Amino acid sequence: MPVFKNASPRSAAPDAAGRGGRLRQEGPPLSARPASLGDSRRTDDSFISLRGLSKSFTGRRGTLLALAPVDLDVRDGEFVSIVGPSGCGKSTLMMLLSGLMPATAGTIRVGGKPVKGPNADIGIVFQQDVLLEWRTAIENIVLQAEIRGLNKAAAVEEAQRLLAMVGLAAFAGAYPHELSGGMRQRVSICRALLHRPSLLVMDEPFGALDALTRDQLQVDLLRLCAERRMTVIFVTHSIIEAVFLSDRVVVMSPRPGRIETILPIDLPRPRRLAMRDTPAFMHHNHAVTDLFKSLGVLREEDE
Amino acid sequence: MAVDLVGTNGSVPGTRRLAMPYASLTVLILLLLWQGAVMLFGVPGYLLPSPYAIGLDIAAHWQMLLQNSWITIFEVLAGFLASIAIGVPIAVVVTYSGTLQRAIYPLLVGSQTVPKVALAPLMLAWFGFGVAPKVAIVVLVAFFPIVINSMVGFASVPPQMLYLAQSMGASPLQSFLRFRLPHALPSIFSGIKLAAVLAVVGAVVAEFVGADSGLGYLIMIAGSDFKIDQQFSAIIILSMLGTLFFWLTGWVERRLLPWHVSARVGEGR
Repeated sequence: MPVFKNASPRSAAPDAAGRGGRLRQEGPPLSARPASLGDSRRTDDSFISLRGLSKSFTGRRGTLLALAPVDLDVRDGEFVSIVGPSGCGKSTLMMLLSGLMPATAGTIRVGGKPVKGPNADIGIVFQQDVLLEWRTAIENIVLQAEIRGLNKAAAVEEAQRLLAMVGLAAFAGAYPHELSGGMRQRVSICRALLHRPSLLVMDEPFGALDALTRDQLQVDLLRLCAERRMTVIFVTHSIIEAVFLSDRVVVMSPRPGRIETILPIDLPRPRRLAMRDTPAFMHHNHAVTDLFKSLGVLREEDE
Repeated sequence: MAVDLVGTNGSVPGTRRLAMPYASLTVLILLLLWQGAVMLFGVPGYLLPSPYAIGLDIAAHWQMLLQNSWITIFEVLAGFLASIAIGVPIAVVVTYSGTLQRAIYPLLVGSQTVPKVALAPLMLAWFGFGVAPKVAIVVLVAFFPIVINSMVGFASVPPQMLYLAQSMGASPLQSFLRFRLPHALPSIFSGIKLAAVLAVVGAVVAEFVGADSGLGYLIMIAGSDFKIDQQFSAIIILSMLGTLFFWLTGWVERRLLPWHVSARVGEGR
């Protein structure tokens, strides 16, 4: 049934040119390096490298393969979305990548280091904002620095800058219960970015927000990404969202969860909301939608 | 299965500000009705004394009432604090260890099916005749809601919050102190408020069974002497103590948890 081959090995080459120099203020341009098209075992070119990664859960009703062996390479500074229906293992993949769940088999390397336990070098955003109700917005963000034992004064300064970037400068002293859902999620994104992680992992971060707020947060996120050099793994079940944000879209299918294909999105940056009406955007959108249709995952709600 | 009989959560915003005058008014009307009924129907004082007669009795015996109140207050406070000191750690242990949860939890529940009055003579036999058996019974009565509500609080932490803590590199202790404990505090406090009320009940039950002082003892003695107005005096002081105690725990809660819903009641929003 799978019509599309697992396309992970061609990760680096095809879309590198299309992305221009978005996050390339420092270091040699990665696109100039020889792309390791053939040998997927080479990891020197990729920031994240998953090899034969799989996860199964053992419950009362036997063993369930949540994630079939997966190979994936993500370059430094790349924005990769993982899209698929419920039960396709995309959240499992994200948990494995964050080291919050042990893998059944396979290896994960992030920034050249194998991930064995909880990976503290990342920033993480969940669907629920999980703000601490007993702390103000800025205290929630600075918590990141407190736990890590970083300089408090510098952290407060950075937190204020982040809040300003997402339009919440006036709400630094507000408690979470005084903020709207969209504001709360923005604070949680700021918290994830405080320590300038090289990898930001987001698990359906905008899934609980209304459509308008969602659009706004996508724009906010793109602005934050343009400002920082970081790799983003973005789990979603919205095709439009995935295409709009990403350099590449990883399409997953369920039972067992596996990577169906990986689509490069060669739309120019910076991206604007109006871009979603362009033929190029529609083309990508349809490509993913058709793929899900062919997989029998039909009524996938997109936004 | 949150035990929240005292309605700490979900109160209608803006009610507290008005609660005190309204409650005083209700009490006043009830007292007037009571006084009126006693006078109108000529109820004999040995059946139901009038509020005025009770007031006279309190004024006449205030020193004795005060002395005995101190003893009861001490028993309540000691037992209440011990309940917190025992209840919360039990909840922590049970939360972190599935084995211990299975081993201890059924016993805890079972212990609550035994009427505490039935245990009171036993406590006398074990702890003698002083304050200790009373405190022990207060603990037996009051610690359970603290354990249950604390357990609910600790367990209600969203898993994502603990994942977040891990992704920040938090140690298990940091994870507990910075995330799980503060998150559980409102729930712990609703257990503590229940315990505050139950502690007073426990102290009186203990004094009924065997004591030579305290408000519960006073009620017993007054009853056997047919001094019904003195019984009422002690009962009224007891209920005032209980209310004051409950209110105090609520005050502490509002000071400690200004961010929580139950503390925001009365901001007039």
